[in-house]
Amino acid sequence: MRYIPHTQEDIQQMLETVGVGSLEELFEEIPKSVRLQRPLDLSAPLSEPELLRHLRSLADRNATPDSMPSFLGGGAYNHFIPAAVDQLISRSEFYTAYTPYQPEISQGTLQAIFEYQTLVCQLTGMDVANASMYDGASACAEAVLMAVRATRRKRVLISEALHPEYRETVATYCRYLDVELVPVPFDASGGTDMSALSSLLDKETAALVVGYPNFFGVVEDLAAQAEVAHGLGARLVAAVQEPIALGLLKSPGELGADIVAGEGQSFGIPVAFGGPYLGFFAARQKDLRTMPGRLVGETLDTRGQRGFVLTLATREQHIRREKATSNICSNEGLCALMATIYLSLMGKSGIREVAVQNFSKAEYAKRAIGALQGFSIPFAGATFNEFVVEAGVEAGAVLERLERQGILGGIALGGYFPEMSNRFLVCVTEQNSRQEIDALVAALAGGEK
Amino acid sequence: MSSVGTSGLVLNEKLIFEHSDPGRKGYSLPALDVPEAQLPTALVREEVAGFPELSEVDVVRHFTRLSTWNYGVDSGFYPLGSCTMKYNPKVNEAAARLAGFAGAHPLAPEHLSQGALELMFSLQQELAEVSGFPAVTLQPAAGAHGELTGMLIIRAWHEAQGNPRRKVLIPDTAHGTNPATAALCGYEVVSIPSDGVLSAERVAELMDENVAGLMVTNPNTLGLFESQIKEICEVVHAKGGLVYCDGANLNALMGIARPGDMGIDVMHFNLHKTFSTPHGGGGPGAGPVGVTAALEPFLPVPVVVREAGQYRLDSQRPQSIGRMRAFHGNFGILVRAYAYIRTLGGAGLKHASQMAVLNANYIRARLEGTYHLPYKQRSLHEVVFSERNLPNDCHTLDVAKRLIDYGYHPPTVYFPLVVKGAIMIEPTETESQEVLDEFCEAMLAIAAEARDNPELLHQAPVRTRVGRMDETAAARNPRLKWEG
Repeated sequence: MRYIPHTQEDIQQMLETVGVGSLEELFEEIPKSVRLQRPLDLSAPLSEPELLRHLRSLADRNATPDSMPSFLGGGAYNHFIPAAVDQLISRSEFYTAYTPYQPEISQGTLQAIFEYQTLVCQLTGMDVANASMYDGASACAEAVLMAVRATRRKRVLISEALHPEYRETVATYCRYLDVELVPVPFDASGGTDMSALSSLLDKETAALVVGYPNFFGVVEDLAAQAEVAHGLGARLVAAVQEPIALGLLKSPGELGADIVAGEGQSFGIPVAFGGPYLGFFAARQKDLRTMPGRLVGETLDTRGQRGFVLTLATREQHIRREKATSNICSNEGLCALMATIYLSLMGKSGIREVAVQNFSKAEYAKRAIGALQGFSIPFAGATFNEFVVEAGVEAGAVLERLERQGILGGIALGGYFPEMSNRFLVCVTEQNSRQEIDALVAALAGGEK
Repeated sequence: MSSVGTSGLVLNEKLIFEHSDPGRKGYSLPALDVPEAQLPTALVREEVAGFPELSEVDVVRHFTRLSTWNYGVDSGFYPLGSCTMKYNPKVNEAAARLAGFAGAHPLAPEHLSQGALELMFSLQQELAEVSGFPAVTLQPAAGAHGELTGMLIIRAWHEAQGNPRRKVLIPDTAHGTNPATAALCGYEVVSIPSDGVLSAERVAELMDENVAGLMVTNPNTLGLFESQIKEICEVVHAKGGLVYCDGANLNALMGIARPGDMGIDVMHFNLHKTFSTPHGGGGPGAGPVGVTAALEPFLPVPVVVREAGQYRLDSQRPQSIGRMRAFHGNFGILVRAYAYIRTLGGAGLKHASQMAVLNANYIRARLEGTYHLPYKQRSLHEVVFSERNLPNDCHTLDVAKRLIDYGYHPPTVYFPLVVKGAIMIEPTETESQEVLDEFCEAMLAIAAEARDNPELLHQAPVRTRVGRMDETAAARNPRLKWEG
């Protein structure tokens, strides 16, 4: 038992100190009637080499971009992760620490989170950011709850071009609260329909929630949306599923968003079959006191030195208890650290360069695919690194054909939007070489014969 | 008496932004191999103002220095009650980093994700066996997230019976997230005063047809087993309610007793606690939820199922509460927990729980004569003392800070709220008798210092790079980002 240090002799000595005769006696407060009367029925223990062999055999049964060129995005993105990110987060002083409740011996985590909060504010153009949330979808749900709290209104408009899994998560969070969720359709551009929006917005509306870019990769007109939302006293929530875009696009803050919630996976965090990811969350100063989650603040110690602490905890669940409007307790500290390291390495020029590469490669692919016979680009709006393709036939069949040629070509949209059974979402990042893109285009073209 | 705490050379370090120098780069990308495209100018930002510019070595040195300011489980004893800071096995880290796990896309076709899905399915079954619940979802991202999932399931079940009910009963020893969760599900909270252990009689007094359920932690936050749990469940069930168990303290019970066998209907697991995945400075964790067969239809979608030897994600579940987050859960954490369970097996898990409980009782026995023990019932995996016996205006916080000078992470303090000045110690099974002895000697020495030289406590910690922080100033005048 290599994780447990006790020898038989230790156990005997300790039982004597405790004053009991056996290990069984330690559990005598547990009534016999609820004791398990048999051993747990689990597989026999594996040695370390056996375990690794078994896990490798499982891991090898999953496709990855190394085994198959991949154009999958949809909220989880294959970006390059500099080696330094994993090296640094593997320092066990970071990953084996708990929530920094004792600031004197947690300054590493605390300062890193303070830096993370700053980077999120700079990137989103917002005033305050929290120390992270579970993922983009749950952060988006918390943004809705916060807008409801801040405005004391109960109607929330949600763009149908917002990531479907974000919409579903918002719906789950609001399921038993007195909040009405109203869908807003998208138009031919692939962006939220402004005329529908204007007719649906009213003085009871707490918030409008849109993706930036949205699920179709389309860059929403946040400035126009902010104007109509603010005209009626509603908050604009921008949900960012691909934050690399913020290296190139105007920040949501600059365009008038009141809350920015998003997914930070693109910043140095592996796709890892969907998690752990990093929800980021930023808001305006005026809404600080209604923000969910943890915050780290700067202060001084008894010797006058700069230091950092968890702060404004009075907003939190452990103080307000039944009055609380969010139950979030932990954050994604290590993922926030990964993002902080990634963004520090990329810096001002790197975040721009990687964004330009994503955009340029996606545009290259989009033009080439759009020019193919039998395929078109149905949405007219500007996109970042993802775009929707319309095939003349069922998208699933097209993607299966690509898969037989060794390419993961995209995500079929029919499962999310039944009327889009011929459409699929293609994502191109800096990891896709021109050669891979050309192979994708050729494979699609080959299917026309 | 020996002390592991000492002082050494620790390097100062500025904020990352204060290192920035225009023109430095810490990354490299391949040259763009397609023509550079142009977005409409109106959409383009000028630059990300404020972002730092650093070389790779600047960044590496910065975060390496920050790491040395942190105390982790690998640094030393971390007896944080209710948080179960056990050793995090290194093979788990290697497992999560296997290319086929780290690189798998959550929306890849199911037949190309069979390894990941099989691991999830197996982990669901293993957790079901450990807990006694027939069905498990792995989707929740943290304990509190699992708690919300569990309570949404309770509400959905009541709605399906035709009446959501109005109230939830919560003992005063509960985790703070419990009342917040009940509120998020649209319930009023009725607090149950407890006397260490909850009595079935008291629950019966409060239980009626307007109560949707009871939220209980077992073992509870005092480290005590809720010995009347079976009767309590019967009382709640008799009036049509359901029982939710906060599984934060499952580490005491593996292979010994199963919440599902006690009559509990829903429970969340804290994989990062019980199953040894790292806490990561606050997360990521994972908070799977186990339920009875009657509640299975309400689990969040998607659910991993096996059909004809193939694994797939089932989203066609009309009674589901919906989706708790994007994709399928904190998969990388699930890999670590799975690796841990496969390493220990059933007997190993039971042995882990036994040693965790032995360690807690050993500390209790060694400190009981010196520190005040407010509850006399037998402790399981953690033990709660109070500050009552401390002289000379010394309080729990002072003991906690002085422990840092001795080289330990302090226990959980001022929780549970029912104990004034609580000191909640949870050693876990991965600590040796030698470590516990050293820790107890430090605790005893601090008690002596409180009597003879209380200033040592009031001024602690003195061996750390920074001293006690002005938390009042931080809250009064929040500085939440660097502004140059």
